[in-house]
Amino acid sequence: MIVDDEKIVRESLYHWFSDEGYDVDTAESAENALKKFDKDKFDLVLLDMKMPGMSGLDLLPKLKQIDEDCFVILITAYASVPSAIQALKEGAFDYITKPVDPEELNHIVKNAIQQKKLKTENEELKTKIEELIMPDNLIGESIQMKKIFEMINTVAQTDTTVLIRGESGTGKELVAKAIHLNSKRKYFPLVTVNCGAMPDTLLETELFGHEKGAFTGAHYRRKGKFEMANGGTIFLDEIGTISAKMQVDLLRVIESRKFNRVGGNDVIESDFRVIAATNEQLENLVKEGKFREDLYYRLNVFTLFVPPLRERKEDIPILANFFRQKYATMMNKNIKSISAEAMKFLTEHEWRGNVRELENAIERAIVVGKKEIIGNEDLPFSHISNNIEDGDDKSLGANEKKYIYRILKENGWNISRSAEILEIDRVTLYNKINKYGLKKD
Amino acid sequence: MKINLAPIKFSNKAFLERLIRDLKNVFQVNIEILDLFLDISDSYSAERKQFYSTKILETAIKNTGQTEGKILIITEMDLYVPVLTFVFGEAQLNGKYSVISSCRLHEEFYTGHTNNELFYERLLKETLHELGHNFGLLHCLDWDCVMHSSNSIEEVDIKGLSYCGHCRKEINLL
Repeated sequence: MIVDDEKIVRESLYHWFSDEGYDVDTAESAENALKKFDKDKFDLVLLDMKMPGMSGLDLLPKLKQIDEDCFVILITAYASVPSAIQALKEGAFDYITKPVDPEELNHIVKNAIQQKKLKTENEELKTKIEELIMPDNLIGESIQMKKIFEMINTVAQTDTTVLIRGESGTGKELVAKAIHLNSKRKYFPLVTVNCGAMPDTLLETELFGHEKGAFTGAHYRRKGKFEMANGGTIFLDEIGTISAKMQVDLLRVIESRKFNRVGGNDVIESDFRVIAATNEQLENLVKEGKFREDLYYRLNVFTLFVPPLRERKEDIPILANFFRQKYATMMNKNIKSISAEAMKFLTEHEWRGNVRELENAIERAIVVGKKEIIGNEDLPFSHISNNIEDGDDKSLGANEKKYIYRILKENGWNISRSAEILEIDRVTLYNKINKYGLKKD
Repeated sequence: MKINLAPIKFSNKAFLERLIRDLKNVFQVNIEILDLFLDISDSYSAERKQFYSTKILETAIKNTGQTEGKILIITEMDLYVPVLTFVFGEAQLNGKYSVISSCRLHEEFYTGHTNNELFYERLLKETLHELGHNFGLLHCLDWDCVMHSSNSIEEVDIKGLSYCGHCRKEINLL
């Protein structure tokens, strides 16, 4: 309930809370508020201190008498802050001064929600929370993924630091999101920092924020990611790429949960949970002296390995159909299924880029697809059969496969002639064809 | 259905054109520029050096009753409502009118550095957010959803650039 004699204050707060999904009522006087309080139960009251007739300060004990569990946030002008502090002693939860910074109002209200677990949240919001438990595309029925889901559930209930490992494109960020959404921190943000994407100086201000005047052009104080993650989770992606200096700074903040903004002396405290991710072998980096051992142990408390897609091929049809439906809907195309032959292609492909590569392949297929069923011809690698792509794989095996395939194709799959050009015997060529699963188009 | 973008004291045509293209992709409806020529001087607070967003909406309602479709006012002016120090925008829930301010979406406002791409991303987010309210959406709990509330520029940057599955479904974008 918002109790304020000023209509514009009532109206703007009414809209602010309504947009958040709360059931809101207003009263223009303390007397009217008391009448409403007798009839209905209110979990949170925003109460103006100075009103004609009964003041907010006089109303506060009366409200507490009716419902001692209700949370009261006082609205005050700057001049009456001492009275507001007095009111806190008498049972008010907190106070705001007009005009209030929206972020501050949000923080106070969220704190109240956390402490009281407001029951007035409408059913719609509750449904949303339930639906958020797993990010949309973190799906799979393989044993490996079931194990991952189990571990997410276990670790989400704790505040333990988590290190997520896995190849690029396996969905490490989705796993971080799932942990956050299933934790008690879900009302606060999951703040993602891609440590590999920026130079040291930028990363420093990104993580710790800066004070006004910290550098030329810093007109305003700016919060960093650690401060933004207060109450929530910070996800440090590509942790293996950070510099030695940043490793020291990170270690300090992870251990103490305290830091200074760039150009500032005030010590900022923030209550965050750390989830880090890497596709690098951190142990090797430690051995080579490129990654601090103490930071490694600080991060490597609970490790989750996200398996590459080629190790959970049974999930490919589920994922492929999920992406088909997603992109067909987005692009408003009537593509109802994937042909058995195309699905075979998809299942047999190596997916070096993992789920991300599969998603891109399906998105492309939806773009180019002209029929109701995705066929081989719609897949990006169908014109280069045998899963040969000009990918990033620089390995000898991948290049040998590509080269042998090219020679075979150029020579109409004539084994003798191809073997002659390749300067190997026919048996060796047959063995390599089998090894790489090459087939005639 | 049509969405009208009504620039008031907002002159960057390139950004408006990008907005039109991106909004068309999201909503699959006609997006047009609407020249309103509204006088919003009575919304100005000399004391706060800001414009009262609710009053701007009221002025727009009075002057554009016959216009078909949603009307989103875009302005460079800094906006407020009396109880808050500032707002990025305001919208009628399940209504026709909304307003967004690009003033605090500029990176220069905070760091002095120009970052046009970041500015545009923020502009698109706030546009989608206020239009989402116009289409009946409340704030969403999913931080990846553009309907998550954002009370500071950092929160604008953290939240996603599109509607989550739940919100898409609510406004029939699925």
